[in-house]
Amino acid sequence: MGEILDFIIAKSNYWSYVVLMMIGLYAMISRQNYVRKIIGMSIFQTAVILFYVSTAVKEKAVIPIIAHGHGEEANAAIEASQYINPLPHVLMLTAIVVGVATLGVALSLAIRVYQKYGTLEENEINDMIREQ
Amino acid sequence: MSQHYPALIIVVPLLAALAAAAAGWINKRYCFPIAVASLAASFVSSVFLLGRVIRVKEVIYEMAGWTAPIGIVYRVDALNGLVIVVVTAVALVNLIYSKSAIEEDFPDKMGTYYALYILFATGLAGMVVTGDAFNLYVLMEIASLTGYSLMGLRRDRATVSALNYLIVGTIGATFYLLGVGYIYIATGTLNMAEIASFMSQMSDSGSIRMAFVICLAGLFIKMAFFPLHGWLPNAYTYTPTASIGLIAPLTTKVTVYIMIRMALSVFTPEFSFKTIELSGAIVWLAIIGIVAGSCMALAQKNFKKMFTYIIVAEVGYMVGGFWLGNRAGISGSVLHIANDALMTLALFMAAGIFARKIKGEEISDMQGLFRKMPWTMAAFVLGGLSIIGVPPTCGFFSKWYLISGGIEAGNYYFVGALLFSSLINAVLFFRIFEVAYFEPFSESHGHDHSHGHEAVAVEEAPLGMLIPFYVVAISLVILGIFSGDLITKIIYFAIPAGIV
Amino acid sequence: MEPLFSIGPILAVLTPVAAVPVLISSKNENVREGWTFLAAGALFLMVVSMLPSILEGARLEFVIATLTPSLAIKLTVDALGMLFALVASFLWIVTSAYSIGYMRTLKEHSQTRYYSFFALSLFATIGVAFSGNFFTMYLFYELLSLATYPLVTHHQDKEARSSGRKYLFYILGSSIAFLIPAMLITYAYTGTLDFGSQGFMAGHGIPPKLLLLLLGMFIFGFAKCGIMPFHSWLPAAMVAPTPVSALLHAVAVVKVGVFCVIRVITGVFGTDFLSSLQYNSYLAYLAAFTILAASLIALSQDNLKRRLAFSTIGQLSYIILGAALLTRYSLTASMLHIAMHAFGKITLFFCAGAIFAASGIKNISRMVGIGKRMPWTMGAFLVGSLSVIGLPPAGGLISKWFLVLGTLESDQIFFLFVLLASSLLNAAYFLPIVYRAFFCSEEESQFENKVDEVPAWCLGPIMVTATASLILFFYPQPFLRLARQAVQTILGG
Repeated sequence: MGEILDFIIAKSNYWSYVVLMMIGLYAMISRQNYVRKIIGMSIFQTAVILFYVSTAVKEKAVIPIIAHGHGEEANAAIEASQYINPLPHVLMLTAIVVGVATLGVALSLAIRVYQKYGTLEENEINDMIREQ
Repeated sequence: MSQHYPALIIVVPLLAALAAAAAGWINKRYCFPIAVASLAASFVSSVFLLGRVIRVKEVIYEMAGWTAPIGIVYRVDALNGLVIVVVTAVALVNLIYSKSAIEEDFPDKMGTYYALYILFATGLAGMVVTGDAFNLYVLMEIASLTGYSLMGLRRDRATVSALNYLIVGTIGATFYLLGVGYIYIATGTLNMAEIASFMSQMSDSGSIRMAFVICLAGLFIKMAFFPLHGWLPNAYTYTPTASIGLIAPLTTKVTVYIMIRMALSVFTPEFSFKTIELSGAIVWLAIIGIVAGSCMALAQKNFKKMFTYIIVAEVGYMVGGFWLGNRAGISGSVLHIANDALMTLALFMAAGIFARKIKGEEISDMQGLFRKMPWTMAAFVLGGLSIIGVPPTCGFFSKWYLISGGIEAGNYYFVGALLFSSLINAVLFFRIFEVAYFEPFSESHGHDHSHGHEAVAVEEAPLGMLIPFYVVAISLVILGIFSGDLITKIIYFAIPAGIV
Repeated sequence: MEPLFSIGPILAVLTPVAAVPVLISSKNENVREGWTFLAAGALFLMVVSMLPSILEGARLEFVIATLTPSLAIKLTVDALGMLFALVASFLWIVTSAYSIGYMRTLKEHSQTRYYSFFALSLFATIGVAFSGNFFTMYLFYELLSLATYPLVTHHQDKEARSSGRKYLFYILGSSIAFLIPAMLITYAYTGTLDFGSQGFMAGHGIPPKLLLLLLGMFIFGFAKCGIMPFHSWLPAAMVAPTPVSALLHAVAVVKVGVFCVIRVITGVFGTDFLSSLQYNSYLAYLAAFTILAASLIALSQDNLKRRLAFSTIGQLSYIILGAALLTRYSLTASMLHIAMHAFGKITLFFCAGAIFAASGIKNISRMVGIGKRMPWTMGAFLVGSLSVIGLPPAGGLISKWFLVLGTLESDQIFFLFVLLASSLLNAAYFLPIVYRAFFCSEEESQFENKVDEVPAWCLGPIMVTATASLILFFYPQPFLRLARQAVQTILGG
């Protein structure tokens, strides 16, 4: 089991999410401008969403909508391997909502900051706070 | 009715948040009663729930009747039964205390403020009772987002702190989400109990190890565990009075609870303490965190900032105590969640009352407060003594268990760090007491020191603030005296039997 | 023998606390001081009411709260605790009277706070006396440190502030740094903290080096016992108003320190175990050093209260020395000295306060001829001095006599010489004060030859304690009996 999982982790989709995540993290930590930080934050969150969604994929599987799911056929056994896993998608719907809400709060706070200090550069704001 | 307690704790305030927001449009006077009533209902439910848990050990509630693993379950045992009572109690008491502060700080946004306040409490309560790892993430974000808003709602310096906090907090929460993703890959479920049941076969899985480390890292950021604590002091120092009494005591404590829950009920003790060999390193970080937090607290002139560094040190207590991995240490850690929530609340309540009477937030501004507000100071002294760890206040008893845990584990560095921190705390608080006790209250600065005993008119805080403050201060002593019962009747059952 | 359940101990302990709300809320100072008296009297009666059953050999017990099955907050009254509680509660009555005279004469501020914290201090003191286990004792010990802080710093000026800081640094600092870890390590090894008649340390396989370390941590942790090098808080604490110095720093606080040390030696380590380890001799030598050093320093002090403070440090080490020698006589002497020294030293402090209240003089060099102005006060001072030096006809002789017997019993002649030297030093720093007060030429005298005593509220208590010191010489019961009984339960026979 462990070997298989290690193998999965080594796959490319995981690497791409890691790279995206690091880009986001780098932007959040190193940028002085709050808008850039917030952009970095969004990339960071999106990377995780990508990761989740990519875990749902199965080879030769289709979207999980059961064709002719009415009448007698509805009771037929479902072969799980034929459908991609719907749960990560559903979870990510929630995560997207959370992400949007976070973005909204972040932007509205940024507007407040801009109104008060007239800038969104972190070091300039810090200088202003220190002078007070 | 009684079987719905776990749901009531969440649902009542959730609906009340909407009602409070609506009431803000109609008539602002309705907001406060709605908020108090909903949180009181939540508190009462949680007390009854705890009573039930003491009898039956575990209460499982299936949301909307969907059974696990398809539905989301709320699962309450001795561990979160205790924490939920603390969370709802702190939220309720602080709300009553903050009535006038909210009216002053947010006159035109009362509906919004109360709605956010209740939602925050709901989010935390939900985090505590949920038995589903993903649901936990959602609730964590509800609590966090409302928390950022509660901090930044006033147009002042706090907005910058709130924005910084938001960015760091999102990193923490996203890490947690990522960790849950790894767990899901490996086990195919998000139900905590079910994950735990797979754990014995999974313990050498790389993705589980990865999940453990990432989850823990995310939680450490959220709880401001050294060295990831940088965001906390700035975020908390400038937060409005009403919000800080809610956020400061609860956020870090609930996150510590989540860590304990993940380690004990998701990853299982066997894995957390033995398979993955991280506990030694975490305890070391905790030791450094305790010492560093205490030293930084000592360097502060602003008393609110000083309190925030004390929180950093206290997080070290709880995390370190837990990862000692023995019964005494974990008991101390869990007990300290309850105690520290109340102690921190007492401190910030006092700070809120001081802010009404003195202009600055420096320790040197506190001159003569013993004369000016003797009752407030008396309760503040109790809070300070509890932080120092003087018996019979509750701070002493959790320290007692933490230190016993350190001795049992043979980790004398941890014991030393706790004692060092107690000594520093004694210095911190007696420094404040000295200024407030020896130096005369002065509107005009620096008049004669020869006989500063001239009568200063006592100007106490309004009773609406003082009574809740006293409730908290006295509960510090009561909790201390009954900590034996807490340990033997509740916390004992919160710890898996395998841990000695 | 099994302890008897009784609510007596808890009632006694709570009496002083019960008075606090009344003290705070009373508008009139006469009412307030009336309540102080009432509380003091009630406490004393309550303690005395338990005396008969204690003398019959019973132990009374009351469990306040159970923390774990093996750890409780528990009050137990035994002979030793009874002895200490009797002394403290009786002297509280006397001190209350003295406080009224002193505080009113000097028109001190914040008297309500003063009386309230005084009551709280007594609460903690009686709590220590009646503690049934080490944990409870620690709890009340810490409470006492905090309750006395506002009393020590009563004047709220610069000097009080720095002294208060020193006081807390030594008392609170040592207890956090030494006592808590020592208590927890002990608990981790033994699983109990209940005092036993032969301790509870033996037979748990604690390494000898750790035992020595623990003993050191216990002794230095109880810094209130004034053993060197943790003594310098005591002279600093003399900035307090004199009644505070009198009751707290000659009786309650410092005696709580030595009381705890005796408990550690007898109830925690156990005499047999300690003597088999031979560690008691280290303690004895340390105490002997403190006795001599403190006496020498006392000689050089001109401020009367500071001289008394160093004298107290020396006398406290008598008690520790007696306990450390571990013989029947020396233990009896040690316990008895708690009472004898208390009566003698409180008289001396009262006198110092009376002199200050009447004339504003603090320094010995300016007290020449004061005996002509305040003959009664200085007469009482003589009695107090005799008691502390150990001369007849004052009670101090009895305990010193037993201590001398104890040194002989233990074949440690060195300590006999220490005692003799110290007694000489005591005489050298006390008797000249009295001598110069009465016998001096007209030119030397700094006072007019006219009797001008302090008010009766001050003088009365001085007379009471001085007389008591004299009575104790002829009739040392019930303290001697209690001390003997306590030693009997420890050593058997």
